[in-house]
Amino acid sequence: MKEQLYSIWRIFFPKRVKSTLTLWQQIKRSKSSYLLLAPYFILFTIFTIIPVFAAIGLSFTYFNMLNVPEFIGLSNYKALFLNDEIFLLAIKNTIVFAVITGPIGYFLCFILAWFINDLPKPVRTFMTLVFYAPSLSGNMYMIWQYIFSDDQYGLVNSFLMTFANIGIIDDPIKWFTDEKYVMTALIIVQFWLSLGAGFLAFMAGFKVVDKTLYEAGAIDGVKNRFQELIYLTLPQMKQQLLFGAVMQISSSFAVGQISISLAGFPSTNYAAHTIMTHIYDYGNVRYDMGYACAVATILLLVMLLVNKVIQSVLVEKNY
Amino acid sequence: MKSTVKNPKLSLVDWWKYRKKKDLNRSKGGNFLVFLMLLLLGSFMALPVVYSIVQAFKPMEEIFIFPPRFTVQNPTVKNFKLIGQLAGSLWVPFSRYLFNSVFVSFAGTLGNVLISSMAAYPLAKHDFVGKKVLFKLVTLSLLFTGGVIELPRYIVMTKLHIINTYWALILPTIASSMGLFLMKQFMEQLNNSLLEAARIDGMNEFQIFIRIVMPLVKPAWLTQIIFAFQGVWSMTGGNYIYREDLKLFPTALSQIQSGGIARAGVAAAASLVMLIPPVIMFLITQSSIMETMAHAGIKE
Repeated sequence: MKEQLYSIWRIFFPKRVKSTLTLWQQIKRSKSSYLLLAPYFILFTIFTIIPVFAAIGLSFTYFNMLNVPEFIGLSNYKALFLNDEIFLLAIKNTIVFAVITGPIGYFLCFILAWFINDLPKPVRTFMTLVFYAPSLSGNMYMIWQYIFSDDQYGLVNSFLMTFANIGIIDDPIKWFTDEKYVMTALIIVQFWLSLGAGFLAFMAGFKVVDKTLYEAGAIDGVKNRFQELIYLTLPQMKQQLLFGAVMQISSSFAVGQISISLAGFPSTNYAAHTIMTHIYDYGNVRYDMGYACAVATILLLVMLLVNKVIQSVLVEKNY
Repeated sequence: MKSTVKNPKLSLVDWWKYRKKKDLNRSKGGNFLVFLMLLLLGSFMALPVVYSIVQAFKPMEEIFIFPPRFTVQNPTVKNFKLIGQLAGSLWVPFSRYLFNSVFVSFAGTLGNVLISSMAAYPLAKHDFVGKKVLFKLVTLSLLFTGGVIELPRYIVMTKLHIINTYWALILPTIASSMGLFLMKQFMEQLNNSLLEAARIDGMNEFQIFIRIVMPLVKPAWLTQIIFAFQGVWSMTGGNYIYREDLKLFPTALSQIQSGGIARAGVAAAASLVMLIPPVIMFLITQSSIMETMAHAGIKE
């Protein structure tokens, strides 16, 4: 802790080993650097940093966009955790999404990238495109409406009903409206959407791994492709793995749009309600911005925390 | 090693040996297992994509048969024609939506590439106070690409009075952190001596950036183009734009799609149309994407 604080301190006040310039002189000397940085960081501040702090600040207020925000202390947070059962349900669902689709989606990205890495180039390009297509298109996931359709015209229902001429089920399952099935159906859709930028980074990572290492490894007793993957490839792909983890956290905690589009809003008995749909509920529907910001702040903190934990695990494990 | 196959001196036996060497640590059983897994996972990924293409070519009567078929019997382009017809009945001319989308995608993508590479250059190659903090912020903000800060961003935009303008769509795209992140990681591998030589020749940092750095990082900006474009193109803008004549192409398509179950075929056709521009761009830039993503790692 002390060391970390010290290193943060040192970022702002670097040790004056090489130069005897004061801080101001150093800043003045790199004037052109700051000029190049300025346009981006002004926009970045307005559209990313200020919103984050605005969310934190407004979470302590009552704000309906019309009146001036009114400071109400921790009331929003108290209400969230003590009186808002739907929020607790949203947390539960978000955690289910994150815990299931996060790691498995990450694994799916990795294993598919690994599989198609061995294929010849035209086939590999084609496969990459097919796997990446769900992320490439904005709303292709709407096709799942027809796959998991409520009536017997849906692919899954008709398959289950006509299976082996008798069928496993008699009546069509209402995949997206029955609270028993909606989470399962949405998790499957989320898996299908999980091959994004992380997948591309893994694909590229496999290509830059030092190939001579494999021959050396074979001499040293690496016997099959799994040993090769674990002992030789993974340690070299640490950076891509970290990047993929960030991308995976960012998508698996922010499940919301697909729930609204496929299961409707609100979903039956809030069975598919997530933190993101809770923000949508209070922000876009009820206009209780303070409350919505409190929800957003909690989600932001959870994501930062999970990111911190995963990064330190991946760094320590050395891959 | 590939070229040895063409070598006329090489006997077939030698070629077999080389071939075996290429397949180091690859057993037949393992190949079969991998093939099986790839078939399983691959069809899970690919079948919905194929199905949405098939749906687009199905005539109305084939969409509602029981049991539903995965294939199409009498393919038709009627659905695509219907998009045009329905588009004509919209309140705002269809071309207006298309113009909005193309304009916003173009401006946002161009701005993003230019402004974030301008920022990436000093982050990658200069040494200055606060560099680590700034880059750390960008890396952390990669976490929030999923829309978590959309609501507070909306509040900030209301205060700036840019809701219901093109700016509300263009500026956040320019400020997205993914492009800067990829660009910075890619620029780090540029040769320092080249930049040093330019400095000795009397170029200032802006000239170096435009004349030396930018031409060298072409793969990175091609990659950035696809990421930025893909983001803007699929954006509905629903949260930031309420004026009908400023809404984007996907909004028009979703209005067509919202016609309910009777428009299932048209909806599929519309999604397919939406997918064409990013797919074309992806295919053109995919080798650059691979080159760039190889440097995309996070260094602790």
